[in-house]
Amino acid sequence: MDEPPAGPAAVQASVIATRGLTKRYRGGQLAVDGLDLTVPAGSVFGFLGPNGSGKTTTIRMLMGLIEPTAGTVRVLGRPMPRAARTVLPQVGALIEGPALYGFLSGRDNLLRYDAADPTADPRTRHVRVAAALDRVGLEAAAGKKAKAYSLGMKQRLGLAAALLQPRRLLVLDEPTNGLDPQGMREIRALIRELAADGTTVFLSSHLLDEIEQVCTHAAVMAQGRLVTQGAVADLAAGARGRLVVTTPDAAEAARVLKEQGVADVTADGDRVSGEPPERDLAEVTEALVTAGVRVRGLTVERASLEDAFVALTGEGFDVAG
Amino acid sequence: MSRVDAVRADAVRRPSALWTFGLLRSELVTTVRRWRTLALLGVLAAVPVLVGIAVKIETRDGGPVGGGHGEGPAFITQITNNGLFLVFTALAATLPVFLPMAVGVVAGDAIAGEAGAGTLRYLLVAPAGRTRLLLIKYATVMAFCLLATLVVAVSALAVGALLFPTGELTTISGTRISFAEGLGRALLIALVVAASLVGMAALGLFVSTLTNSGIAAMATTVGLLITVQIVDQIPQLQALQPYLFPHYWLSFADLMREPVYWDDLVRNLGLQGVYAAVFGSAAWARFTAKDISV
Repeated sequence: MDEPPAGPAAVQASVIATRGLTKRYRGGQLAVDGLDLTVPAGSVFGFLGPNGSGKTTTIRMLMGLIEPTAGTVRVLGRPMPRAARTVLPQVGALIEGPALYGFLSGRDNLLRYDAADPTADPRTRHVRVAAALDRVGLEAAAGKKAKAYSLGMKQRLGLAAALLQPRRLLVLDEPTNGLDPQGMREIRALIRELAADGTTVFLSSHLLDEIEQVCTHAAVMAQGRLVTQGAVADLAAGARGRLVVTTPDAAEAARVLKEQGVADVTADGDRVSGEPPERDLAEVTEALVTAGVRVRGLTVERASLEDAFVALTGEGFDVAG
Repeated sequence: MSRVDAVRADAVRRPSALWTFGLLRSELVTTVRRWRTLALLGVLAAVPVLVGIAVKIETRDGGPVGGGHGEGPAFITQITNNGLFLVFTALAATLPVFLPMAVGVVAGDAIAGEAGAGTLRYLLVAPAGRTRLLLIKYATVMAFCLLATLVVAVSALAVGALLFPTGELTTISGTRISFAEGLGRALLIALVVAASLVGMAALGLFVSTLTNSGIAAMATTVGLLITVQIVDQIPQLQALQPYLFPHYWLSFADLMREPVYWDDLVRNLGLQGVYAAVFGSAAWARFTAKDISV
């Protein structure tokens, strides 16, 4: 115990902070390359990237499962993996899908994982396990053997294991994998609820709309490198929306739009688009009509995180790094 | 929060050192609840039954076991005189292969099985702690050594008492001891047999830290056992043999001498200690430095 534990008075600037974090596997493959990740306390942090971009290797280094080749990791203000014994009891994790003892019931799986934590009070073990099962909606199936569980139920049980104790940080790797739409909604609601209680949630996903729906902050990884990180609103703003005019008079429309201060105008069939101008769009519409352009539709397509991602990486999201 | 509240909150959350044994208990219960463990114990319990029945059938006409010229496990000719000897015979019959094979399966699966199932990463982030988990796994394998030995001994005692007469018995040295003292010797022998498996357990645990496949670890451990047993039989490799972990296994028979002949017994236990230290350290060095990427 070389450092005092951070009390309520000590303001925790970041819950996760990595500096120059690098992992090169024995084969020489560089999985993570100089990562400087900062996860603010209280955030719901989306960790985005295509499969094979180094997300899971990063998560395993955060949890002390893999030794970094270079760089440092601090979780809850303490160095990992050195302070694993004091840090990890305050961290709930779901890493690369759930892993269960098929021959044990759901409840017995949780009892075993709870017993693995030397800071978990055995006197409250059964109560906490029941509460965790209740929280993920598994109380009815608690006595069933885990091998009879569906993928969605296993995922829920994995989440329950992460919720056995009050946590300061939850690390959830693809938590909605294998769930039906209703299950996904429930899990997202649960994440929002936990975040409202002050738990920082670090959520890895390859589903952009999932990140957009629940996250306050996000980081994007591609090919082992951090492409960007920041507040979700700022990231999406980085890729601005597009003004789209649908018209049979494309050439004339393009000319008028340029006059109206629309930059980067491109025409594609009956679709003319460009960066929205500063002025009121009503004026743009009026100018188009005055010039005799027959307008079928005029909209501003909102920039999504996906647009931001494509703008940043120059590639589609499903391309494996 | 006032200072008193802070202290109280701290007191509620302060973990007790005893809580660490929760995982040991969980590990013991989980091991015994596996069908595989129960099947292994079942096979071990069946060996004395088979031996007992075979001896009973063969000596129906009052003739000696094996017609007087056959060879069998130690003490087998004595069983008809005293059922207690079935305990020694059964241990002598299971110690070379069945017992270490069962231990090899449980030890080989200890870490590799958890890794293969993915449960290892969740135990480690719980956080179980790598050294703590390894110690608990080793303690559990040693508990299984004792349990497996006792299953053989108790099964043999029951079958022996059922099929054959009991009472005073004759030691190898020809002296007579009471049945109670004989029982004491049997218990002592069971403990020595269990301790004989400690080296094998450490070897299996080390192999278990090398791979992420429980089956591969079990197969390697049992394969090593068979190889070592063969090497122990090749006369040209005599120089090597005193260092092989099964070399002094059958020395437990010396506990049936009067007075007890301790030399080989001590050599056996010493050798097991050396194996436990060497392979236990190797397992620790490997496991604490390993990247858990499954």
